[in-house]
Amino acid sequence: MGLKILTEHINVPGIEKLEVYRKHGGYRSVEKALKTMTPEEVVEEVKTAGLRGRGGAGFPAGMKWSFLAKPEGVPRYLVCNADESEPGTFKDRYFMEKTPHSLIEGMITSSYALGANTSFIYIRGELMFILRILEKAIAEAYAAGLLGKNILGSGYDLDLHVAPGGGAYICGEETALLESLEGKRGNPRNKPPFPAVKGLFASPTVVNNVETISSVPWIVNNTGAEYANVGIGRSTGTKLISASGNINNPGVYEIELGVPVEEFIYSDEYCGGIWKGKELKAVVPGGSSVPILPKDLILKTAAGEQRLMSYESLSDGGFVSGSMLGSGAFIVFDEDQCIVRNTWNYSRFYHHESCGQCSPCREGTGWMEKVLHRIEYGHGHPQDIDLLVSVAKQIEGNTICPLGDAAAWPVAAAIRHFREEFEWHIKHPKEATAPGAVYRGQLATVTA
Amino acid sequence: MAKITFDGIEVEVEDGTTILQAARKIGGNVVPPAMCYYGPLKGSGGKCRVCLVKVTQGSTRDPRPMPKLVASCITQVQDGMVVENTTNEDVLNARKGIVEMLLINHPLDCPICDQAGECSLQDLSYEHGVSATRYEEERRIFNKVDLGPYIQLHMTRCILCYRCVYTADQITEKRVHGVLGRGDAAEIGTYIENVIDNDFSGNVIDVCPVGALTDKTWRFKNRVWFTKPLDAHRDCPTCSGKVTLWNRGETVLRVTARKDQYNEVEEFICNTCRFDKKEMSDWTIEGPRHIDRQSVISANHYELPVINVPIVPNLPVSTKKNLPQE
Repeated sequence: MGLKILTEHINVPGIEKLEVYRKHGGYRSVEKALKTMTPEEVVEEVKTAGLRGRGGAGFPAGMKWSFLAKPEGVPRYLVCNADESEPGTFKDRYFMEKTPHSLIEGMITSSYALGANTSFIYIRGELMFILRILEKAIAEAYAAGLLGKNILGSGYDLDLHVAPGGGAYICGEETALLESLEGKRGNPRNKPPFPAVKGLFASPTVVNNVETISSVPWIVNNTGAEYANVGIGRSTGTKLISASGNINNPGVYEIELGVPVEEFIYSDEYCGGIWKGKELKAVVPGGSSVPILPKDLILKTAAGEQRLMSYESLSDGGFVSGSMLGSGAFIVFDEDQCIVRNTWNYSRFYHHESCGQCSPCREGTGWMEKVLHRIEYGHGHPQDIDLLVSVAKQIEGNTICPLGDAAAWPVAAAIRHFREEFEWHIKHPKEATAPGAVYRGQLATVTA
Repeated sequence: MAKITFDGIEVEVEDGTTILQAARKIGGNVVPPAMCYYGPLKGSGGKCRVCLVKVTQGSTRDPRPMPKLVASCITQVQDGMVVENTTNEDVLNARKGIVEMLLINHPLDCPICDQAGECSLQDLSYEHGVSATRYEEERRIFNKVDLGPYIQLHMTRCILCYRCVYTADQITEKRVHGVLGRGDAAEIGTYIENVIDNDFSGNVIDVCPVGALTDKTWRFKNRVWFTKPLDAHRDCPTCSGKVTLWNRGETVLRVTARKDQYNEVEEFICNTCRFDKKEMSDWTIEGPRHIDRQSVISANHYELPVINVPIVPNLPVSTKKNLPQE
């Protein structure tokens, strides 16, 4: 078993209660940071740790923190992005439900480092029961003097609020999240200005993922250098992976970055192999927005090296033969899964969730969905595949926020790696639309 | 002051100017089109993405190119910036793609649309569109929304530029309409049926780049290219009273604000001027208005002095001699 930074005590009964959590070393980082460290020192530690944003983009958190503008007389805010809605991702939900105090501890330490006196946890609207868990935990923390005025006698004040969203995927984009938190329609903002300069209520704001913030206490307790020792290369620390799909043991796993993908899929410690001993067909390694990879490319890179669960290794080869770690939603497809149907399903999601603000995404996501629907139900034309590639290219990079890219990438990647399957759907509509029909030709070439 | 190179042309502008405004200072064909950006409205822009340009050099200090195409209407210039618009293949292709996206759900009912002839989307499609569509799915339609006696809303034609929302926010006291829904189901509406009723509500018609919001008092009266634009003014207690009249003969068919070549109004006008004053006697005529935005109206040149043009072309030579030569 690898090192557990986030989930060490997650299965202790009653860990959601403050006293149990403290008994297991909880809130030590708050005491250490507030009493013995300056905010700059905490930021320095996080920088040394090389902690990267766990929400999907993988941007170094310490760097993001040091970009925060610090004008006199203007409040600063820390906002925790708990609007986890990417299809396939469920790590934050599991984590907050089990140990809400870990997040609160991280929020206190991080807010102290950033000099924020008011912080928010923006939680997805569907997770109302977790909002209640968090509110209960926050009330406990207030009662214990860990939140509110003069925390632990250090003279530092912090108010922590939990705000639910309305359940829109787009509100996971940081500027749309801020708009929503301000009480407006959740449309992403044009950047620049970036949130670090003009964010929530036009004040400097940092938006971080639940997992990023929850990693900070360990870094404060054990120093950033220690954290940097965990993991591989620039992918430091551990990562929560939401494993789902056709595997024997779906669930949330905390891994040290750098575990080989093959080991992650087949080892009993993690996914435990493909369900019912079937053949692996493809993997989406980082949530529905990242490119899908066929079996031969997910286990080994194009250069023939072993593919590892890390930011660098998964993106090796760019989008031609690589993918991304993203938010760590590891979705596995066995030989009986239809890629066309799956791509259509993702496309339908992005069509439904596009905010409708900028034209390429608003119109393009719907167009792709309709074309894919047609192909899946046996009404495709041979030129549809090139049409999809071209529409995806017209969206990609031309939108305000990354949702356009997220909608275009899975379609482009599915066609890049599984073009034959799309062609088969178009050429043989009768066979393709029969119940349970799956194209197996490609699989044979992969295993050979 | 910042010096930038736009399509190979150097121009010096104030710091904080956007790339689009710098390009407009140059003028001519290099100016990127804009469907959602509207100068007089704060916060507009960045949504339609047709003004995308390529920044090949960020500034003198940081000469790296910007990784993606940027929306020129909201990106501020830096000293030493090099921007490519019509000279860059990627920009033109991206623009072509976006025009296609704008048109896939557009009803293309120009023959019965009151905006035809002065429609930004029409101009854009002539310039960057293709003649055939690759879109064979059903086009999106919306339920009809009634916005009162003056403003006609055709949601199917809307490109969601948000201009009318900003207008209502910024020049009227209370906004009653907004964008409802999301994605391609997003629509302009009042949620609960409501009348847009205040002194300046009619300006949403002027700012609309397409035929989504049109004037009910002018609806189906005439084609815009048959009308004669005249500058006129009146002593109005609520607004500046400076307008353009659109006449057919002596009949005032429509009153609008005066717009410049980028379709941006010089001054917003009130509803009384726009909807109620439809008699020539209400107005002091200043003279014919030259329309210099790209539109069929500008082809008419009403503002030029009328010379004695032969009405019957094949007159005997002796009669023709007396006519002034062109």
